[in-house]
Amino acid sequence: MIHSLFLVSTAGHIFLEKHWKSVISRSVCDYLFEAQGKASAPENVPPVIATPHHYLISVYRDRIFFVAVIQTEVPPLFVIEFLHRVAETFQDYFGECSEASIKDNVVIVYELLEEMLDNGFPLATEANILKEMIKPPTILRSVVNTITGGSSNVGGTLPTGQLSNIPWRRTGVKYTNNEAYFDVVEEIDAILDKSGTVVFAEIQGVIDACVKLSGMPDLTLSFVNPRLLDDVSFHPCVRFKRWEAERVLSFIPPDGNFRLMSYHVNAQNLVAIPVYVKQNVSFFETGSSGRLDITVGPKQTMGKTIEDVVITVHMPKVVLNANLTTNQGTSTYDPVTKVLVWDIGKLNQQKVPNLKGSLSLQSGAPRPDENPTLNIDLRIQQLAISGLKVNRLNMFGEKYKPFKGVKYVTKAGKFQVRT
Amino acid sequence: VHDDLKEMLDSNKDSLKLEAMKRIVAMMARGKNASDLFPAVVKNVACKNIEVKKLVYVYLVRYAEEQQDLALLSISTFQRGLKDPNQLIRASALRVLSSIRVTIIIPIMMLAIKDAASDMSPYVRKTAAHAIPKLYSLDPEQKEPLIEVIEKLLADKTTLVAGSVVMAFEGVCPERIDLIHKNYRKLCNLLIDVEEWGQVVIINMLTRYARTQFLNPNANEVLLEEGEEKEFYGSDEEEGKEEKVEKKKPYVMDPDHRLLLRNTKPLLQSRNAAVVMAVAQLYFHLAPKAEVGVTAKALVRLLRSHSEVQFVVLQNVATMSIKRKGMFETYLKSFYIRSTDPTQIKVLKLEVLTNLATETSISIILREFQTYIKSMDKDFVAATIQAIGRCATNIGEVRDTCLNGLVQLLSNRDELVVAESVVVIKKLLQMQPEQHSDIIKHMAKLIENIQVPMARASILWLIGEYCEHVPKIAPDVLRKMAKSFTSEEDIVKLQILNLAAKLYLTNSKQTKLLTQYVLNLAKYDQNYDIRDRARFIRQLIVPTDKGGALSKYAKKLFLALKPAPILESPFKDRDHFQLGSLSHLLNVKAGGYQELPDWPETAPDPSVRNVEVMDAVCCHGNCNSKRVGERSSGEERRTAKKTTEPRSESESEEEGKESSSESSESESESETESKEESEPDTEAKRNAKKKVGVSNGLELLKLFWHSRVLFVCILPCSAQTISPTFSSLKTYELLHRLTGEGLAVGYCFGRQPFVRDPHMVTVQIQFTNHMDTEARNLRVREPRLQSGMRIKEFPEIEVLPPGETVTTVMGIDFCDSTQAANFQLCTHTRKFCVSIQPPVGELMAPVFMLENEFKKEQGQLMGMNEIKETLVLGEACQSDYAIVQRVTAAANVGQVPCGSDQEYRFAGKTMTSNSLVLVTVITKRDRTAQLTVNCEKMVIGTMLVKDILHALSQ
Repeated sequence: MIHSLFLVSTAGHIFLEKHWKSVISRSVCDYLFEAQGKASAPENVPPVIATPHHYLISVYRDRIFFVAVIQTEVPPLFVIEFLHRVAETFQDYFGECSEASIKDNVVIVYELLEEMLDNGFPLATEANILKEMIKPPTILRSVVNTITGGSSNVGGTLPTGQLSNIPWRRTGVKYTNNEAYFDVVEEIDAILDKSGTVVFAEIQGVIDACVKLSGMPDLTLSFVNPRLLDDVSFHPCVRFKRWEAERVLSFIPPDGNFRLMSYHVNAQNLVAIPVYVKQNVSFFETGSSGRLDITVGPKQTMGKTIEDVVITVHMPKVVLNANLTTNQGTSTYDPVTKVLVWDIGKLNQQKVPNLKGSLSLQSGAPRPDENPTLNIDLRIQQLAISGLKVNRLNMFGEKYKPFKGVKYVTKAGKFQVRT
Repeated sequence: VHDDLKEMLDSNKDSLKLEAMKRIVAMMARGKNASDLFPAVVKNVACKNIEVKKLVYVYLVRYAEEQQDLALLSISTFQRGLKDPNQLIRASALRVLSSIRVTIIIPIMMLAIKDAASDMSPYVRKTAAHAIPKLYSLDPEQKEPLIEVIEKLLADKTTLVAGSVVMAFEGVCPERIDLIHKNYRKLCNLLIDVEEWGQVVIINMLTRYARTQFLNPNANEVLLEEGEEKEFYGSDEEEGKEEKVEKKKPYVMDPDHRLLLRNTKPLLQSRNAAVVMAVAQLYFHLAPKAEVGVTAKALVRLLRSHSEVQFVVLQNVATMSIKRKGMFETYLKSFYIRSTDPTQIKVLKLEVLTNLATETSISIILREFQTYIKSMDKDFVAATIQAIGRCATNIGEVRDTCLNGLVQLLSNRDELVVAESVVVIKKLLQMQPEQHSDIIKHMAKLIENIQVPMARASILWLIGEYCEHVPKIAPDVLRKMAKSFTSEEDIVKLQILNLAAKLYLTNSKQTKLLTQYVLNLAKYDQNYDIRDRARFIRQLIVPTDKGGALSKYAKKLFLALKPAPILESPFKDRDHFQLGSLSHLLNVKAGGYQELPDWPETAPDPSVRNVEVMDAVCCHGNCNSKRVGERSSGEERRTAKKTTEPRSESESEEEGKESSSESSESESESETESKEESEPDTEAKRNAKKKVGVSNGLELLKLFWHSRVLFVCILPCSAQTISPTFSSLKTYELLHRLTGEGLAVGYCFGRQPFVRDPHMVTVQIQFTNHMDTEARNLRVREPRLQSGMRIKEFPEIEVLPPGETVTTVMGIDFCDSTQAANFQLCTHTRKFCVSIQPPVGELMAPVFMLENEFKKEQGQLMGMNEIKETLVLGEACQSDYAIVQRVTAAANVGQVPCGSDQEYRFAGKTMTSNSLVLVTVITKRDRTAQLTVNCEKMVIGTMLVKDILHALSQ
């Protein structure tokens, strides 16, 4: 399946290569560079490129191209999903997935890749198993024992998870403080039109868990209102039949951080849009200038405060500069990337944030036809905008009393206002 | 070079060796050549330090091909490793040995793979499966012996091996579909527990397999005629007629086909996009039309994922949306484009939106397109204009609106936008030029401003083609073009010639000289295409003395009516490639792509998939030694189990041969029966037998039934406990956890025939122990029943440990009434009074019959026995699938194949008295429907009407 892997920086520097079959020359990456040259941005490089003898399937992540070289038919998503899993593993091991951290830990990277693929077919991709075989670099290791080789950061026995039917959990987990935290994170994806009418809105959510429990705990998480959940996808640990029958999440969790489920909220429920935006962006026919006036205020917030509000606007190419004043937060305009960022912060009821001023355009250039789109970022603590609520978390199989916690956050996902 | 490294490798200290190896690996990672260190490195292959050893392995695999002789020095170490008691060492020895691409060791590799294939550790067997394609690529001559190993590993029952061996199968012998037969059901049942990567490979392979073994579920349309012929054939039992009968038999899905669809469906909830895509393509290629829709929601979910995932998913959605437009209609808005999407995603979303456009949705789609035209991304704007053109050709009603919109774009500031609009308008005008001469005039004026060659060429073509609609302007345009001829692009020059020729033929008085002039210019052009064209046109249109045989046809040649272009999606017919594949994405067959076969005309023998008991026994005999190991290492650990149906089935296969008591058989039957399918019960079967020869449908049913029985026989299960299979069933509460003091009991109607007594309704009961102590001696006591009611209790459950769940089955004969059955549920300490009250729909079992048989029976149940109601169908109840689902969920009846698509018929029989229950739903245009229930038992009929009415109008 996957023949070779190249890691390439945005500058076109190949800083790591690994081959699982015969060696393929790194010149094969030239086809990627060619495509990169044609594309306006790295995101626009096609994920699948056919070359005379190979196929390149790549993902772009954290300013790195992960390029897999393929020779025969394989489902492209299989490779793409795997490459993302590799990136996530690096992230998990080194705290970040960057060129520098990969170069610093090149031996561990190599050992990981060796375990993750055998002859190009995925072998071990579960973080819990990998960590038993190859220890992350930060762990303080036991006293050096040169005779037995105990100093090594490579495990000598087969991780038990590999053989069990719960491969995601390692055995012999022990904690003095047993704790289980769940973060319910919801994102509002919305498109509002010029007049503020909702063109499209939906809520997507995930439940991220951090579970540090000893032994083999069997958890059951139930919701007050599971009917809200329309479409769900689960970590493999979740027992699907229980969900089908009783709408509860029943699972033996992996150790550490993991995404328990992602969900989509029933489309029939109307989405509460927490803010309103009034905007007027116009360009004048004469005098090469324009005007901008944006007001943001809280709307349906369920009594919570909206924080971290940021509005980003990609301006047309002809906008040279912006002369803007605001009554709250700061605004900056980058004349090179043509991006206007207005960092507002908290929204409060009394004072409504407003940004206005003039835009100066390139003289002589025609008035731009297009209108920029406003991208909005925000965050509301302690609120799941869909109203989803965790009812309770029960633990079976172990005797101790764990410490449990659930946190709710609502964020803006892809939240756009058209002008 | 590298002397320091060599020294370190030769030292006695492991720490130095490790340091050296780390530096060497870093060199390899950067792509630096480290092959000169081979002799020094290979010496350390037997190093005690496990990390040094691993890094040496990494090095060896990389350079052995270049240093074949030296690599041989390491072989004996690996051969020793293959015999090591530690399974990880055995496995990694095999991994490295099989990765060393040195032809001389092929026999050693072959032997090692064969040994490892019967290793007691499933992990080592998995490694053996991985080694198979490695050896095959090194030496294709080894195919035959390798197929033997694959065959053996395919029979393996552990989930760990399944994915890897199917991978090997796909790499080495994908054409040997016969090897799959005996393992088909096992693979289906193991699937949910296989690791995600293996799931993808297995699902893709099974898609191909199903295409060779089952019948097309969407092929069957002509049932009504078939029903009329039935009587004729039915009265005549001659064997000779069999063939004709076969050809026209109604479609009944092979239970194995259903098994595959059922067992893959839960995987739509996987977090892995590749698994979701694999299931979606399986449904697209294999499922009945009405069921494909279930995958849409999951595919739309993937659009939230990384942009690469979106890219691939959208390509597949684009193909699907052409064939099965309906499945994505409700998700239209999910394909709306955001300004932050990468261009390639925008263009694909546009494609999907265009494919989904219908008369009803076109107005909102066009409004959406209007905002896209204002985008800053010009490539995307161009694609939007193309999309508008396609909507206009596909949906006649909006053609004029689109055309007007596009004409407005002609005054856009951006030249690219104007040019693209010109090209699209040209195509649209071709459909009805008469009505639009003003647009043509408008475009003629544009020629002075537009510089994009393609657009100029399009305008010239338009004027030439419709010069009779613009008789005044056309010669003037030619005059201007003659002036600028030499500085035009080639495609424009060709169109100038074209225009000149057409004008010469229609209006030679005004344009004769101009044409001559242009032809002369072209004669000396640098491009030979243009010179050729000029010579060709001159010969054709200018009358000469000699020859000119064709010139009288010139008008016909140039001014023939040209068919309007069809604006087609580039994704049309792309589904001849298996969806989700690389070949589909590139629209080119990639190396190693396996064609998706067409459905067979007649189904091959389904019995090939039966695993005969004899076979199973000798298979077990062969691998007895292996099983001991399996038990100790893997299987026993399953006590911490994830209770799923497939698991218990796969285990039951192993235990089956020891316990073959009657009770166990019946239990397993109830387990393997499908819940969603409307299948006849034993009672119906007996009746069917009485009517032998009455209909070919029934004969088929018998056949179908036999294969089912066989299937059932081989999957006996342990006596009392079966795992819950509530997938589509409503569960009722028998005993709440609080009243039960920690013991929670629920029940559902399993809808399988209760084998010990055909008059009884099967009730599945599920106990969950929430107490801290175990519950003992769970049993039924003192049933208090209405007269005539009978109960067959479940066998006593001796122990239920805390936190565990167990499911068992009991039978109740409700005497065709909805009176509750009361009894006591006892544990070793407590008694609880409980009652089970059946919904009326559970008091019956499906019956298989054909449409006209149904009508005949219905004719005999008129008057008081017939209840009619009109209802308004609920919002979510508009599709075929939904209606059938709702009715079969409300009552345990079977669908009767119908000729008309507004009619749905269902038939069942009450459990106790075997009275027929006939349900008819006829849908009307205005979302209303008529529900008719015919039943001898009026009470049952009345209640049933109420329940179905409720289900359908929700």
